[in-house]
Amino acid sequence: MVETFINKKVSSSESVAFDESHILHELKHYLPSQTPLKDFIHHNSLHAFQGMKFYDAIFKASKIFGFQATMELNDFRKLFEVGRIRPEILERIISERKGKEQLVTWKENVLSKKYDENIIPRVGQLRGNWKNSYQIDLDNMVQPLLFRVLCSYLDQGIAIWDFPVGGKSFLDSIKELEQNSFTSLFKTARAKKLLFQPNLSMTDLLKILIGNEAYFEQYLFDQQFSHRGWSGMVAAVEEKPDTLLSPKQISLNDLIVFELLMEIDNLDYVLGEKWKPLSELINVAPTDLFSEVSNSELHEVFKIWQDAFEWSYYDEVLAGVKQLSLSKQKNVDVKVSEQKSFQAMFCIDERECSLRRHIEHIDTSCETFGTPGFFTVEFYFQAHNAKFYDKLCPAPVTPKYLIKEYDVSDKRKHDLFYTNKTHQSFTGFISAFTLGFWAAIRLVQNLFKPKMAPAISNAFAHMNSKGKLTVENEDVSQQENNLQIGFTVDEMATRVASLLNGIALTKNFAPIVYVVAHGSSSANNPHHGAHDCGACSGRPGSVNARVFATMANNTKVRSVLKEQGIDIPNETQFIGGLHDTAADEIEFYDLDILNELNAKKHKEHANAFEHALDLNAKERSRRFASINTKNSLKKVRQAIKERSVSLFEPRPELGHGTNTLCIVGKRDLTKGLFLDRRAFLNSYDYKTDPEGKFLTGIMKPLGPVCGGINLEYYFSRVDNNKLGAGTKLPHNVMGLFGVANSSDGDLRPGLPWQMIEVHDPVRLLIIVEHFPDVVLKTIQSTPEMYEWFINEWVHLAAVNPETSELYYFSKGAFIPYQPLADKIHFFKDVHALLEGAKEMETNHIAHATQENLPIYFYN
Amino acid sequence: MEQLLQFFILIPFVGYVVSLFIDRKQEKMISGIAITTMAIHFVALLVFVGYWLIHNSPVLNIKHLTFYKEDNIEIFINFYFDKLTAVFALVGGGITFLVAVFSRFYLHRDSGFKRFFNTLLLFYFAYTLVIFSGNFETLFVGWEFLGITSFLLIVFYRDRYLPVKNGLKTISLYRVGDICLILSLWMSHHLWHENITFYKLNDAQLVLSHIEEHNYFAIFIIVMFVIAATIKSAQFPFSSWLPRAMEGPTTSSAIFYGSLSVHLGVFLLLRTYPYWETMLSMKVLVVAIGLITAITASLIARVQSSVKTQIAYGSMAQIGIMFIEVAMGWHVLALVHFAGNAFLRTYQLLVSPSVLGYLIHDQFFSYMPKQFGTGNSFIRKVSNSFYLWSIKEWNMDVVQFRYLWMPIKWFGRKLSFINTKVMFALLTVIYFGGLLCFIFEDKITKSIDNNLHLLFGFIGMLLVIKAFAVRKSALVAWTLIIASQFYVILAIAFLNDKYEYVEILIYISGLLVSAIVGFICLFKLKKAEKNLDLNDFYGHIYEHPGIGFLFLLSCLGFVGLPFTPSFIGIDLMFSHIHKDEYLLIIFSSVSFLFIEIAALRVYSRLFLGPHKKAYHPIAYRSS
Repeated sequence: MVETFINKKVSSSESVAFDESHILHELKHYLPSQTPLKDFIHHNSLHAFQGMKFYDAIFKASKIFGFQATMELNDFRKLFEVGRIRPEILERIISERKGKEQLVTWKENVLSKKYDENIIPRVGQLRGNWKNSYQIDLDNMVQPLLFRVLCSYLDQGIAIWDFPVGGKSFLDSIKELEQNSFTSLFKTARAKKLLFQPNLSMTDLLKILIGNEAYFEQYLFDQQFSHRGWSGMVAAVEEKPDTLLSPKQISLNDLIVFELLMEIDNLDYVLGEKWKPLSELINVAPTDLFSEVSNSELHEVFKIWQDAFEWSYYDEVLAGVKQLSLSKQKNVDVKVSEQKSFQAMFCIDERECSLRRHIEHIDTSCETFGTPGFFTVEFYFQAHNAKFYDKLCPAPVTPKYLIKEYDVSDKRKHDLFYTNKTHQSFTGFISAFTLGFWAAIRLVQNLFKPKMAPAISNAFAHMNSKGKLTVENEDVSQQENNLQIGFTVDEMATRVASLLNGIALTKNFAPIVYVVAHGSSSANNPHHGAHDCGACSGRPGSVNARVFATMANNTKVRSVLKEQGIDIPNETQFIGGLHDTAADEIEFYDLDILNELNAKKHKEHANAFEHALDLNAKERSRRFASINTKNSLKKVRQAIKERSVSLFEPRPELGHGTNTLCIVGKRDLTKGLFLDRRAFLNSYDYKTDPEGKFLTGIMKPLGPVCGGINLEYYFSRVDNNKLGAGTKLPHNVMGLFGVANSSDGDLRPGLPWQMIEVHDPVRLLIIVEHFPDVVLKTIQSTPEMYEWFINEWVHLAAVNPETSELYYFSKGAFIPYQPLADKIHFFKDVHALLEGAKEMETNHIAHATQENLPIYFYN
Repeated sequence: MEQLLQFFILIPFVGYVVSLFIDRKQEKMISGIAITTMAIHFVALLVFVGYWLIHNSPVLNIKHLTFYKEDNIEIFINFYFDKLTAVFALVGGGITFLVAVFSRFYLHRDSGFKRFFNTLLLFYFAYTLVIFSGNFETLFVGWEFLGITSFLLIVFYRDRYLPVKNGLKTISLYRVGDICLILSLWMSHHLWHENITFYKLNDAQLVLSHIEEHNYFAIFIIVMFVIAATIKSAQFPFSSWLPRAMEGPTTSSAIFYGSLSVHLGVFLLLRTYPYWETMLSMKVLVVAIGLITAITASLIARVQSSVKTQIAYGSMAQIGIMFIEVAMGWHVLALVHFAGNAFLRTYQLLVSPSVLGYLIHDQFFSYMPKQFGTGNSFIRKVSNSFYLWSIKEWNMDVVQFRYLWMPIKWFGRKLSFINTKVMFALLTVIYFGGLLCFIFEDKITKSIDNNLHLLFGFIGMLLVIKAFAVRKSALVAWTLIIASQFYVILAIAFLNDKYEYVEILIYISGLLVSAIVGFICLFKLKKAEKNLDLNDFYGHIYEHPGIGFLFLLSCLGFVGLPFTPSFIGIDLMFSHIHKDEYLLIIFSSVSFLFIEIAALRVYSRLFLGPHKKAYHPIAYRSS
């Protein structure tokens, strides 16, 4: 559909005052906010639209920026054909949205009516007039050099020869470089002269380029969104300069000024100085970017399909939860206060869901918990000899504490192949005769016998297991860079209590409580941070697990806890650990503190963990075409491990792909329900929290963390080309902070294709086990939290813990929900289930989704 | 032993053909065929080289398959094997095998999985053809295929803008190299009065007497070789395509631009070395190119802030040094250097995504705040200037665009003053007039007869240049391309009385088939899409992959892809232009230079690039 142009003659009288700081603020709001890749924080790709209802937001954003907001119509129809969208759900959704009497019409619309699905974006139309009027492709002329200069300025260590000017802002550096050289980045005199004009502002340049002030803002949107990757990176670094190790004073303002100068330069170069400003070239004003987007019939069709797709799965899950809970209520005679063999806390991450299921199956008397993987201890971590701190807590938190690693004797290993000396003539010459032939051997070795190497991101190398950590602070004056080194006893106790209360582990402690963090090893993967723990700012959580265990073992802490009613028996010991979700390996820390009895028990438990990891590897292997799931456990496990260190493997693991659910409740709520690694599991017991005091703390991060992950996967899945990073295979690492295609390409924020192909683009459904009125009160306690739910960016359901009745949150209230699915299958043998599971024929959504297994009951 | 050589070319070819017939979903089969082919090839090669070494490594030469034979023109395929072939074959075979194994996993579920392995096998076939070639014809056939496979892998992600733009950029420059090869072929036909084999070039006495006899012509031939080698190896001043060619999957970049394809310039120099061994001026030229490249490329490599371009320039600098080694006669050194550099760059490109994790981790522990100079001393000014020049890649890309392509485009656009219909009517009339003159050639005066071929050659050139610049309609462009070919044929027919109808028929048969198939494709597309202008990239391959593929084939057939009748025609035609026909050779080579570019431009604009219909996810133009 072609946008109807507002037909009016441009006149300079109707100009709106142009405000530089306003437009900069607006641009930063809408640009992608992904920071340098070393800190990969998942977030809602459309965070700028979060103030609107989900559907309004995505269709508006789509109209402005031109990306796909949902799957294609045809894909939905195929999903319906293959049975992935259930007919009864589709009918229910249509009836709910359109009324029963409209069912037939809308069903026809949805299933077979032809629509024009073309999206003609508003952004870029104004700036496109350069090409229409002067046949000048400014993007082609400006971007390659602009990107190269930007990348050189921001570079973190690829170039051998650094940008010659440092410690100055981007524009000042350019100025100095221009002043002190015999050549110039500009081709003509005017632009260069303008650069040195005192107090040069973007307004001055826009006056030359555009003329009419009314178009300034829209022009800048057009310009910056023609390379949203680079602009987004600049804006993100300006906002958080410490995301770059080598500091750079970049700002969006500087980028815009420089780009405007380059545009003037190129126009002068091609046309002489005689060209007219843009506003004089057009006689119809382009549509305002942010004007209303009318709701079309096609949008309605998309809404129906998306809802139907989501509820086809949710309905089954809710039915399963309800039936399970009803059947458990019948069999209440099961002993509750049985002595546990061990307890283990895991991250809520949906990748731990299967490991927990397996370990519970192997040792039926163990108990597992889920809690965000930073284990409520927030701090910066300084590895031994490191020159920087790692933030190990959720991204929005700014810690006041520092944990330092010391007493490390291992030396870091190096890899000569990455030295940039091989790119210079002489050293390159020597390298060809030496490293060159070694490279051939290395390649053969990695192809046929992959193993861990220094250049592979190793989750276990984040912290040295033999090193020591400064956990306890004895003197608050011990400070470094305004950070307190370690935690005081009270601070420790507060954090331990907070976690234990949240997951309701305040009594019946087992002799050993494992605190299992997670991380991910992968080779040749610039996006490795996206696989690590999101609650630890995209890093492995090993230090957090170890710090928490140390705190909980501290006798002084325990006596404080005892006063608060949490009595941890003396024989109970906490042990930190790290699970590598790619290699399926586990490592435990500080085992030497275990008493003799526990040491013996630990040996048994470690075996159980090993066995569970075998099964976990097998469960994951069903999605990897290169591994035969039917092979022996040992073989599969080995293959999984090799995968994480294989250079040729673009899918070391599948990350958060397929995430759909978030369960807040007792483990019992879903223990016995096979959720196929699709659920974040947060332990919580309504009984210990009738008022919902702890619930607020639990629910608050679920939106930004789980919702953020889910929506980033959603958008990267529905439009991997514009909102995702595209396929990984041609990616080129730029300046150590991002990836781009080719040498002159824009940066590619978002997730690469290889990470999202198994993902079903559905929103997150949070299921809370509590009374609906308490849940409602909780989510309404802060507007930021409420926005996620009321604007429908995530779905919310509540399970009444006493009656097992289901409620669904809709338009500000909980309404009862009656599942349509009645039959949930039961599986006895997980091996048979996994071995029989379908493997996708292609990665088209209609095939890919068939890998996802339905809900099952198991024993 | 000679008889075995053909199998080394045959194996990859058979593998290629077989791989075409596998369904695209059969990933294991497709990659299995590729890997098996490479493995068989490599093992056979090892055995063969062993056997050959035991027999004191004789130089092998064998003639096969004559395409065409006439009094003094014979076009045949010839294979050759010596130390040089052995090294390039072993390194190439090894690397291609390893990369195929790597790609099997790396490309899993990529929509172009089959395309990749097809092209890889075709590339390998072309590569073996080049290195086993025993004469320039055979080498040229391989060289051409190599160019096409390069193009196909650069535009591998054909639904994005940049790969297509850069693919065209690369193939255009490659085409310049191809034309240089054709010209040297043409000249050598006339000088040697035969299709000279590399084997004969080893006869120093023969070569020396020959050079003495035709000094300038020999220089011409060698300069053409050197330009072709310079372009293929991205040496100064043709460097800027290399970093931009890194558009395909990392594995294809590794094999093409990291290792094998870029080193073929070195191969060509080594292969032709006996020819220019005694010519100091040529040695100086090659050393100069190598030296300038080694310096500029390392400077540019120093300022690169993206990992793949850094490797590209690093590798280029080493190849510059290899040029020097070749010219100095240090061939063993050059060969070892080649092998080491090829392995090193392949590996570095394959692991290039690791750089982010590794170097950041490394910096975490070893970061030192940078020290920056201050003040405005002269030295600092010089150093800054070098920095900026290197950032701008010494303007090589800009200069090339501005002085090589822009004038032609500008000229072509200037030619649009005539109305299309009038033009075609005029062209037809002139052509039939020309045809009549040709038939009754003996009836027209000698002076007219002697100049008519130039007129037609010139018109042919103008047409193809216009086709290169046309934006209005693909049909017009295609018609112009065809018309230009007919004019060129006419020109050559006029020139040479010996030019027989059989030859014209061979050529025209090839042309006509391609022309008609091309038209059918265009009409079909027009029926479906209405608009066939060339103002933008339209990406119609998304909806019409079949038409797109067919049109590509007709383009390739048209421009004389080896083994097509047009190829033989072109070769024959060039043989018929006398060595003193400077103008005609200029007209025809410009025609042949732009005909491929013009045809692939039509193909790319219609079928490649971001799809115009935005009902499905399409990447932003800048990404």
